[in-house]
Amino acid sequence: MRVGVLALQGDFEAHLRVLEAEGVPAIDVRRTAGLRGLDGLVLPGAESTTLLNLMRDEPWFDELRRFHAGGGAFLATCAGAILVSRKVRSPEQPSLGLLDATIERNGYGRQVDSFEAEVEVPAVGGAVRAAFIRAPRFRALGKRVEVLGRVAGEPVLVREGRVLAMTFHPELAGDGRLHRLFLEQAGESRRERERDEDERRAVAS
Amino acid sequence: MDEVSRGTMRLKTGLAEMLKGGVIMDVTDETQARIAEEAGAVAVMALERVPADIRRDGGVARMSDPERIGRIQEAVSIPVMAKCRIGHFAEAQVLESLGVDYIDESEVLTPADEAHHIDKFAFRVPFVCGCRDLGEALRRIGEGAAMLRTKGEAGTGNIVEAVRHMRAVVAGIRRLQVLGPEELMAEAKLLGAPYELVRLVAADGKLPVPNFAAGGIATPSDASLMMQLGAEAVFVGSGIFKSSDPAKRGKAIVRATTHFRDPKIVAEVSRGLGDAMHGIETSKIPESEMMQTRGW
Repeated sequence: MRVGVLALQGDFEAHLRVLEAEGVPAIDVRRTAGLRGLDGLVLPGAESTTLLNLMRDEPWFDELRRFHAGGGAFLATCAGAILVSRKVRSPEQPSLGLLDATIERNGYGRQVDSFEAEVEVPAVGGAVRAAFIRAPRFRALGKRVEVLGRVAGEPVLVREGRVLAMTFHPELAGDGRLHRLFLEQAGESRRERERDEDERRAVAS
Repeated sequence: MDEVSRGTMRLKTGLAEMLKGGVIMDVTDETQARIAEEAGAVAVMALERVPADIRRDGGVARMSDPERIGRIQEAVSIPVMAKCRIGHFAEAQVLESLGVDYIDESEVLTPADEAHHIDKFAFRVPFVCGCRDLGEALRRIGEGAAMLRTKGEAGTGNIVEAVRHMRAVVAGIRRLQVLGPEELMAEAKLLGAPYELVRLVAADGKLPVPNFAAGGIATPSDASLMMQLGAEAVFVGSGIFKSSDPAKRGKAIVRATTHFRDPKIVAEVSRGLGDAMHGIETSKIPESEMMQTRGW
């Protein structure tokens, strides 16, 4: 299995460290060509306007949508969650639309309003220490979106198919359990693709 | 709301983590702030005057007018930072109440205290401070700084001082790694730095907070140089809005910072940028006008 971390800007190194600790060294992806051969991609915390700006230099949106359609798994934290959502507010900005959600940027306020909280995540068997830093806020979720964790009743960790998205940063506490969930999905994607290829080869012969 | 904590060190350094690989640009009004955001800045520093003008005008340089900061906060969605004078904790309190995202306790402004820096643990808002070597870096972390930057020599457009300071910090860290445990106390004394932090850096081989470059960055190659020397992001002060085409230069420096190891991209974005800021040879600046010697 091969996974990467989008490394245009943001806390990609923190994600690389967590993945390394999980025994799956990841590559840093700075050009679209780096997506080739990957089974999963982490979209890290960053400034989402800066990410969008840097993504104008290459057809990143097309390539990331193709990566998703081709079976790639995503772990999206904070700015990453903004990037994968279908609709972005305050202000409105383009996004990939891989997650049927409306998300509001800086939904809790400025840095002085940033906070840490425990998020109960039954899917990983316990509480995750979560840092919400100038965090966005999910304002609406589509029917196919599964909520995996909440804070004060609001969804903060969600999943739709191969996209696992959260408005906080598990990587800053060095907690790898959500990354493990992502790696399982990426491994599953890899096996499916290999199965498909085997079948194609069998049909061809 | 469930049990939550605010103003923790993880949240303070965490915001600096999100800014990594980015460019923080000095701006003096909302028009410049929008140009900076559009160019791809990860944050803006709201200032009354850019360092080159502070240097030219002389007089006492203070915290910006809250109205100016408020207008800049309204204009952009990226984090807004602001500077307070060294030791001037009342200015810092005002900036915190304005909801500024990061405070730079900066040698670019006229110091308010000749012996003490601000107790930065007393604030919920994070602080960035300048440093010229490892000892100064660890003293600032000891006071609660959540991000460091080289001091360089602000407002000169000359990278030489920032390079000196970044190399000094990195060399200081390397040195700690080859010392034996029994040598660390004497080294802490020599550095004028807290012993526990000296031990921590000796064990980890890196600072416990992000370290950015500042003070003299004027071109995409300058940004690439500082990133290759170990900076995790760059501040550009006068370098953008004192150049002939700020929007284009800003965008170019942002790209050079992301792709700092790719000379082809740095070359491409460096084409036809127009005039960089004129700049000053630092050896021609009288000792009394150096900004980097402010801070203790």
